[in-house]
Amino acid sequence: MRWPEWIRAAFVIARRDYQATVFSKTFLFFLLGPLFPLALGALFGGVGNQIARGDEQSPRIAVVSSVEDYGKLVEAQARIAPVIPRIARVEMVHVAPSDDLVRQRQEILAGGQGDVIGVLEDPLGEEPHFIGGTGGDNSSVKQLALFIEEARQAEAAPPGRTQLKLTQQERVAASIETVRKLLARAGQMLLFVLTLLLSTMLLSQMLEEKGNKVIEVLAAAVPIDSIFVGKLFAMLAISLTGIFVWFLAGAAMLAFFYEPGAGVNVLGAGPAIGWPVYLLLIPVYFAMSYLLIGAAFLGIGAQASTAREVQILSMPVTMFQVVLLLIAFAGVGRPDSWQAIGAAVFPLSSPFAMLGRAAEDAALWPHLLALAWQALWVALILKFASRMFKRSVLKSGPRGEWRKWFGRPARQ
Amino acid sequence: MTNSRFAAQADRLIKYFDGKRAVDGVSLSVPEGSIFGILGPNGAGKTTTIRMMLGIIDPDEGHRTLLGSDRPLSVAHDVGYLPEERGLYPAMTAKEAIAFMGALRNLPLAEGRRRAPELLARHGLEEWVDKPIRSLSKGMAQTVQLLGTIVHDPKLIVLDEPFSGLDAINQGKLEEMIRAQAARGTTVIFSTHVIAHAERLCEQVAIIAKGKVAFSGAVDEARGRLRPVVHLKTRAADGPWQSALPPGAKPNGGGEYVFELPESGPEPLLKALIDGDAGIETLSIERPGLHDAFVAIAGQAAADEMEQGR
Repeated sequence: MRWPEWIRAAFVIARRDYQATVFSKTFLFFLLGPLFPLALGALFGGVGNQIARGDEQSPRIAVVSSVEDYGKLVEAQARIAPVIPRIARVEMVHVAPSDDLVRQRQEILAGGQGDVIGVLEDPLGEEPHFIGGTGGDNSSVKQLALFIEEARQAEAAPPGRTQLKLTQQERVAASIETVRKLLARAGQMLLFVLTLLLSTMLLSQMLEEKGNKVIEVLAAAVPIDSIFVGKLFAMLAISLTGIFVWFLAGAAMLAFFYEPGAGVNVLGAGPAIGWPVYLLLIPVYFAMSYLLIGAAFLGIGAQASTAREVQILSMPVTMFQVVLLLIAFAGVGRPDSWQAIGAAVFPLSSPFAMLGRAAEDAALWPHLLALAWQALWVALILKFASRMFKRSVLKSGPRGEWRKWFGRPARQ
Repeated sequence: MTNSRFAAQADRLIKYFDGKRAVDGVSLSVPEGSIFGILGPNGAGKTTTIRMMLGIIDPDEGHRTLLGSDRPLSVAHDVGYLPEERGLYPAMTAKEAIAFMGALRNLPLAEGRRRAPELLARHGLEEWVDKPIRSLSKGMAQTVQLLGTIVHDPKLIVLDEPFSGLDAINQGKLEEMIRAQAARGTTVIFSTHVIAHAERLCEQVAIIAKGKVAFSGAVDEARGRLRPVVHLKTRAADGPWQSALPPGAKPNGGGEYVFELPESGPEPLLKALIDGDAGIETLSIERPGLHDAFVAIAGQAAADEMEQGR
């Protein structure tokens, strides 16, 4: 099969750009850049956790009682403990009562039974007694009181076995809703950061060709559209290469540091559209966002003739991206509101808005429609940008319209 | 307008830049297999004309055909182009740069990589095959770019100011290369502001000044527009023989007369000089050069601009 000439030409340009970038030493720094904060975060996070764990060991309490009473107390604790945060749960240690209780108490508090914060005496008797030092909120003592109460009630009547029937419903359970909102914003943030980090590089893409004066060699041999498409897709491939490496590094760190049950259960709640489709949509919408914003940046950057001009351009361009993110944020939590639909229809914010929608709404067809819509706009922006480039840049006479306004005065 | 005997044709091309006519109705016809020079001072519109003919930019008015097509980029595979502003990727090796330029014009990359070392060796650059462009001298880099221009065996080669920036030795090598390409049947178009190069190489020239074509045709035809020039020095300062000289012919500081050969030819002049005892010390009848033709066609001001541009 023969490719159309413009695609063949775009591939030649893209292959050169990709190889020149990925097989250069500087690409290693590009790859390592985002890993520094991740690695530092993981390192300090890990150290912090260790310190936190050391500081916040469960408070140990010595229970001086008969074995039978202690058993009842442990059973009561087993029923209540699941609703107490793990870090606050007291740990009980059984001590058989001796003849001299006062002396025994003093020995325990002096460290005779290991590291305990206090002694609970006669827990199920007439007057249970706790002697020791507790934290500011007395939560340990309150827990002990609950255990005692529970154990006493259990003596009077067997504990209930009430089972709550649980039916998970999409977009009904407030808990799932909250997690999905979080997921929608997190996905949009991820998309935003990646696009922000990577697409501004496109502003200076044409500068290399202009600086090397290769642009005329390219423009004489292949259509300008091919140059734009080639450069854009090369940068996308370079970005995806970087993202793939960062994803692997991130996954490795997650595997190393992730503790099931810790933090919000995002994995369990999951996006409405399901994890496999959602994980597929992230790179797809990144690609679309990159192509859409990148095509615009490539066109804007192509008008610049110096690195200074590119630097000046990058600030408004970054602000513009922030505005796009805010537009997409407006629709989170209300996938069918006019804000959400408006953000999905506006081409440049569409990928952000649609990724948010994927977290909150299970329907697949809006994504197919949105991708087709976004692809159409990529083509339109590229066509417009390449036409602008052809009109204003490749002329040997006076300076272009754009630079007349933003550049230095023409030298005669 | 399309004519298969012409490798390139331009018909009343007009291009405006910021409201100013940079190219003002340029028409050219470049015969197939010829070496065609576009001559003119800097800023005359040569580069813009070339860019329009190659389809890099579109004319505002008029039209052009390249290798029979009115969409020049559609025949880009058969064209080689060396722009005035040379450019290569500095990190690329000489071999890769040549192969890449070939690939742009549909030569498979592997074939380009195979041909590049041969071409480099033929031009004495075999040691530089795998060296990055940034390590090459300016002349070497220019040779590499020129080899990239011809690596795909084009039917038409367009060179914009190819001699600028080259020393005399490399200029000579480039002339050889242009002749070798033409000998293979390749059409070569080059622009220059150095008349001597056009005079040595070209069969046909177009003289462009201020965006217009002042002359287009064979070099001989341009020179034929002027009468031959007579240089005469006599021992006798005065005599009846002077009536055979054109009116107003006066000796210069060295006592030499320089005047156009009269319409009647050399014989009546010679007879009058001998019969009138002029005492001929030196006499030469010279065919005018392309420079003289250029001055006559484009004007002294344009010729002076060309000299300054060198």
